[in-house]
Amino acid sequence: MMFGTMPQLTPDLIYGVAGIAVFAIGLVGALCTQDRLRRVLALKLCSVGAGFLLVVAAWRGPPAAPDPVPHALVITGIVVMVSATAVALALIRRLQTLETEDDT
Amino acid sequence: MTDPVIIFDLLLAAAVVALAVASLSVRDLFVAIVLFITFGLLSALSWVRLAAPDVALAEAAIGTGVTGALLLKTLRHLRYVSGTLDRAEALSVTPAAPVPAPVIWANAAFCGLVTLGLAVAFLGAPRSGPGFDALVAEAMPASGVDHPVTAVLLNFRAYDTLMEVVVLLAAVIAVWQIERGLSDAPAPVLGAVWEGFARLTLPAIVVVGTYLLWKGAEAPGGAFQGGAVLAAVGLLLLLSRLYVPQPSHRGVARWAFVLGTGAFAGVALLVAGGGRVAFEYPPEHAKTLILLIEGLVTISIAVTLAALFHGREPVALRSDRGRA
Repeated sequence: MMFGTMPQLTPDLIYGVAGIAVFAIGLVGALCTQDRLRRVLALKLCSVGAGFLLVVAAWRGPPAAPDPVPHALVITGIVVMVSATAVALALIRRLQTLETEDDT
Repeated sequence: MTDPVIIFDLLLAAAVVALAVASLSVRDLFVAIVLFITFGLLSALSWVRLAAPDVALAEAAIGTGVTGALLLKTLRHLRYVSGTLDRAEALSVTPAAPVPAPVIWANAAFCGLVTLGLAVAFLGAPRSGPGFDALVAEAMPASGVDHPVTAVLLNFRAYDTLMEVVVLLAAVIAVWQIERGLSDAPAPVLGAVWEGFARLTLPAIVVVGTYLLWKGAEAPGGAFQGGAVLAAVGLLLLLSRLYVPQPSHRGVARWAFVLGTGAFAGVALLVAGGGRVAFEYPPEHAKTLILLIEGLVTISIAVTLAALFHGREPVALRSDRGRA
């Protein structure tokens, strides 16, 4: 890492920085928003940001093929995330119903 | 000197970040979810630029498509329960309480620290260290398939994938338990255009899903992407009421949920023995076994994702609940 010179713009640098930004946005959203549905959205943004970093780590430059192991990890992560999201959303639906029944 | 595609990369990355900010800061939750779906599709496009078409397909189909459908369904339920379904200005559902300022500052400082640490780690890491690619390339001939990602998922790291299928199974069990006895928001009535659309697209989606599954042995695609596309068939059938889940279908659904996990674990144990460990497929049968697992896992994934969308277990509602 040379701090003196301007680093050359390559896709991995661009998307890596974008991934970190998306992760940070998701983290802020998960900690600082109050709405439950929006929190789930924020956590999903975090997982996409982490996916960006893994896919960037697997990238090897145009002629070389990328590393398939991080790709498999990200696919596994996406499926685990949809399962977690489905359970979280079911809990939100249940909570909302219970709170509404308490009010009436 | 600069590759013109780099400008496209910069624009795409900026759009991804801007959509992430917008989907969390916009007031209307419906708009937030639509922005999130756009965000997911553009992320998938960025992953295509990073030579990860498998990941892009999975993100587009599962991470964006199925997740977006789940979010929209939940939003509709929340608005139905809170009685703001037909109000155009219905905004966020959970009432907001003021947060003490020190908590906000502590959260902001924590987020800043984590992001700073990530940035330092990413920018300071060697840009092209050795990965697993050489090891995978060396072992490819013994894997039984020609596509490295499928080989990693179904052969070299099959334990991970088995656990992933178990997580999906656990999720559907949890959702059925959580939603037990919960009365559902009435499904929106879809017009004639929708039904025509469903009739036209259903056969095409079935073909695309099966193609993705079959093609996964040699090219980007595979069980998860194919399963998610087939789950879209289930979603369309449920939304257009061409299929209405009945209590008597629960048994079949349960078998479909465990089919993938059962077949996966069964094959793993059956190939063990005779000096081999679990998941060490005999090379001459590797392709057959992988395709068998993938086919059955695809059915499980499709049925499970559709069930996660439907949510509540199909039970006979008492008449008073049915009207409530």
